[in-house]
Amino acid sequence: MNQTFFNQYRTPILYSVMALLLVIVGVGQGWSVAFTILNLCLISAIMSLGVNMQWGYAGLFNVGVMGFAALGGLAAVLVSMPPVEEARAAGGQGVLVGLLILIATIFVSIVAWKQFGAKSKKTGYWMLFIIIAAGYALMRLFFLPSVEAIEGVNPSVTGYLGGLGLPIILSWPVGMLFAAGAAYVIGKVALGLRSDYLAIATLGISEIVLYFIKNEEWLTRGVKNVNGLPRPVPYEVDLQQAAWFQQLAADWGMELAEASSLFVKVCYAGLFIAVIAILMYLSETALKSPWGRMMRAIRDNEVAAAAMGKDVVKRHLTIFVIGSAVIGLAGAMLTTLDGQFTPVGYQPLRFTFLIWVMVIIGGSGNNWGAVLGGFFIWFFWIEAEPIGLWLVDTLTSFMEPTHWLRLHLMDSAAHMRLMTVGIVLLIALRYAPEGLIPERTARKH
Amino acid sequence: MTGGYGAADILKECTIGVDRGEIAVIVGPNGAGKSTAMKATFGMLPLREGHVMFDGEDISHLKPEERVVRGMGFVPQTHNVFTSMTVEENLEMGAFIREDDISDSIEQVFELFPILKEKRRQPAGELSGGQRQQVAVGRAMMTQPKVLLLDEPTAGVSPIVMDELFDRIIEIARTGVAILMVEQNAKQALEIADKGYVLVQGSNRFTDTGEALLANPDVRRSFLGG
Amino acid sequence: MTDFINALVVLSNFILVPALTYGSQLALGALGVTLVYGVLRFSNFAHGEMMAFGTMITIFGTWGLQALGVSIAPLPTALLALPLGIVGAVALSLFLDKTVYKYHRQRKASPVIFLIVSIGLMFFIGGLVRFIIGPGDQIFFDGTRFIFSARDFKRSTGLDEGLALKMTQAVTIITAIIVVAAMFWFLNKTRTGKSMRAFSDNENLALLSGINPDRVVMITWILVGALATIAGTLYGLDKSFKPFSFMQLLLPIFAAAIVGGVGNPLGAIAGGYVIAFSEIAVTFAYKKVVTYLGPDSFQPDSLVQLLGTDYKIAVSFIILVIVLIVRPTGIFSGKTL
Repeated sequence: MNQTFFNQYRTPILYSVMALLLVIVGVGQGWSVAFTILNLCLISAIMSLGVNMQWGYAGLFNVGVMGFAALGGLAAVLVSMPPVEEARAAGGQGVLVGLLILIATIFVSIVAWKQFGAKSKKTGYWMLFIIIAAGYALMRLFFLPSVEAIEGVNPSVTGYLGGLGLPIILSWPVGMLFAAGAAYVIGKVALGLRSDYLAIATLGISEIVLYFIKNEEWLTRGVKNVNGLPRPVPYEVDLQQAAWFQQLAADWGMELAEASSLFVKVCYAGLFIAVIAILMYLSETALKSPWGRMMRAIRDNEVAAAAMGKDVVKRHLTIFVIGSAVIGLAGAMLTTLDGQFTPVGYQPLRFTFLIWVMVIIGGSGNNWGAVLGGFFIWFFWIEAEPIGLWLVDTLTSFMEPTHWLRLHLMDSAAHMRLMTVGIVLLIALRYAPEGLIPERTARKH
Repeated sequence: MTGGYGAADILKECTIGVDRGEIAVIVGPNGAGKSTAMKATFGMLPLREGHVMFDGEDISHLKPEERVVRGMGFVPQTHNVFTSMTVEENLEMGAFIREDDISDSIEQVFELFPILKEKRRQPAGELSGGQRQQVAVGRAMMTQPKVLLLDEPTAGVSPIVMDELFDRIIEIARTGVAILMVEQNAKQALEIADKGYVLVQGSNRFTDTGEALLANPDVRRSFLGG
Repeated sequence: MTDFINALVVLSNFILVPALTYGSQLALGALGVTLVYGVLRFSNFAHGEMMAFGTMITIFGTWGLQALGVSIAPLPTALLALPLGIVGAVALSLFLDKTVYKYHRQRKASPVIFLIVSIGLMFFIGGLVRFIIGPGDQIFFDGTRFIFSARDFKRSTGLDEGLALKMTQAVTIITAIIVVAAMFWFLNKTRTGKSMRAFSDNENLALLSGINPDRVVMITWILVGALATIAGTLYGLDKSFKPFSFMQLLLPIFAAAIVGGVGNPLGAIAGGYVIAFSEIAVTFAYKKVVTYLGPDSFQPDSLVQLLGTDYKIAVSFIILVIVLIVRPTGIFSGKTL
């Protein structure tokens, strides 16, 4: 292939390659598998878009992607699950009072700080300490018994407050809000300091969010998981009984069960593609706007931008919050797709790292690159396991099936996957730091 | 024996040189390339043309560290001491390339700058501006250089301290060290200079003895403010 | 009066001794992070996994020695295998520096790029460790379990409460003291150590003084590899070796380094103990202590616990946030070694 031709049509060619890969899976492993991969690719792409906004537009390093995604997942539970009336009666009031005390404590602290902290920092700190200690003790007084009561209500099925019973689609914007709120707090603290403080602080917040959703059973059922979240798309059983669908399946020449499961996946894919399209439109518009130019100017030379009177920290905070909100959205979508909320599934660093690799391989600073990276990396992450197993199997085929080394290698293939991604990232950073689809206004080095 | 230099290009064919035991001063308006000339001499700036001669040898291809080994000492204008380390440690670090006993050299620096002896255990970052400059010069002296390059040694110190620093610099020159110095305070610097170079836009405008330059009406009018 | 002493014994047994132990482990870990920051100027996310790697090699050494029947009882055999682990970790560090970091250093890449590179290496080393030894728990402690047990203590003092000192705790604390002392002697008294400090303080001036940057970087990785292995092995002896737990140590270690002032070795040590004491003190259930100290026949209903043990990690984070808000440079406001 001609080099310049490739460069000129880089984006469509690479997207075609991706589509071809999915088609190959569809033909080889079945269309249902292909659409499962596609759906997760789409969600990865949205997360990758969010990270790209923070890293590609502004050079901010967020290590807490999974924490923000988990907040989105939490939103899905709280919005869509039916309320557990019994639990509300048992401890709802106590929890509410506890929360009110918490809010009051924060409010009083702020007022006290403004009153006393301005005059003398020392008195201010002591005041804060006393107020927070008192507020915390008071809150726990109401909180703990109620929590116990809630968790006692039919623990094997509910044991938590439940949600609002609203359509799950509504949780997507709510997930954005949750993630944005957490990002605002963490950004306020860590932005404007050294660049790696943000990384460490986001690592911290994501760990805490995950511990929170694992342990606060009254809210999330913790490790007992929340199953059976309502869906935004039809259920297979309903489809199978619908006359029009039976007709459709017959037309396709597929079995009813298979057709229904495929149909559901296609519905999800349609929804996700719509979301991606909107996001892409918005972020491309933003990137080309004066605002986007300013963001990149700040990224490329913070000092100069600050000298020109731009409030760098404030701009960074904006983009950090927006990027995290997009990650929260993706988190809510992921939980919607799964139909269940499994706090243990969010491995803070591991998946964060995967999203990062997506952005860097795809092309940091380029939205099309980030989306493509999301597709590629997720695809290979999923397909790497069978490939790796096959590889180990072939390479050790000369050994006896029970040879210790062969068994060890077969067992450890899963870890090889993570190691491989690490190596891929290192190689990309060294030999192709621009990524598959480089930023259009190429930075000169 | 001559320590002679010639640097060029970014500095348009500018020539500076200094002999053993002499003080040469580079003066000129802002942006004339004074500091650049000094950096070129020390090898911190690639030369496109011309060369740097040292002891009759072409050292243009050497890296700054290698020039230190050959006998050049350099005192940058800013960030010229290890702020978190004590005065004594600063001097020790100055002599890092030496394998022999350095206690004599430390004593010599302390003789030259007695105040440093008192503060030998204090971190250099806690010293006053003038004392810091003394540490910086002392640090560069520790390699027993044949030529010492000083980039605005009196920047940001009071006039009294400046006079004292100049006195010390004369003393150093008397021990046989060649001193090349860039200065903002042109008048005072030329007073102690054996040679003076007036640079304008990277080229030599006037070259003469310090005294003669001070007496030159053109120089006085344009660069010394009358 | 006896009540008071009993309360003190409870506090020592459940807070003081464990926190000193854990604090020593964190301090050694944070010291490694701080050294990398001071000299190479980035936050090394791969440090936790390097600890795991060094410990893994030490474990292999320990198993080898045990198979040969070598023992230094009552001390754990792992101490004898420690040098092997250090050599392994140092070799890996130097190899990775040469193959990975060096390229970015020559291009003068920004600290964030180094940070991302270190995360890539974190997964590489992590995968390597899990690949070789597996993700499971490994117990490699041998030798005497207790220097004195709670029962011994009760018998000899006649108190109701016991104070135990485990061999691993004593070994940890003593090793930490020795290592820290050696470290400070090296940094402050030797020419090489001083040249490291000089490089960390002012890189350009260090170059002008003829300090060889490659050598400084090499020595830094040697020290970091050694510190990581020692910290990891002590942690593994005290708790148990599980690759995952080293990933979890990352946040407390970073918190310790930042609280003390990143780049400042003294700060790293202080930070380690601050984090360890807060973590244990905040999540400790004070019921017994309150019972002893309160008026007679007073017994609190609850555990008198500020925060559930599950939230240990939150403590490091909260302290980190407070420091970032109040004094971002850390207690010892360090930037250089």
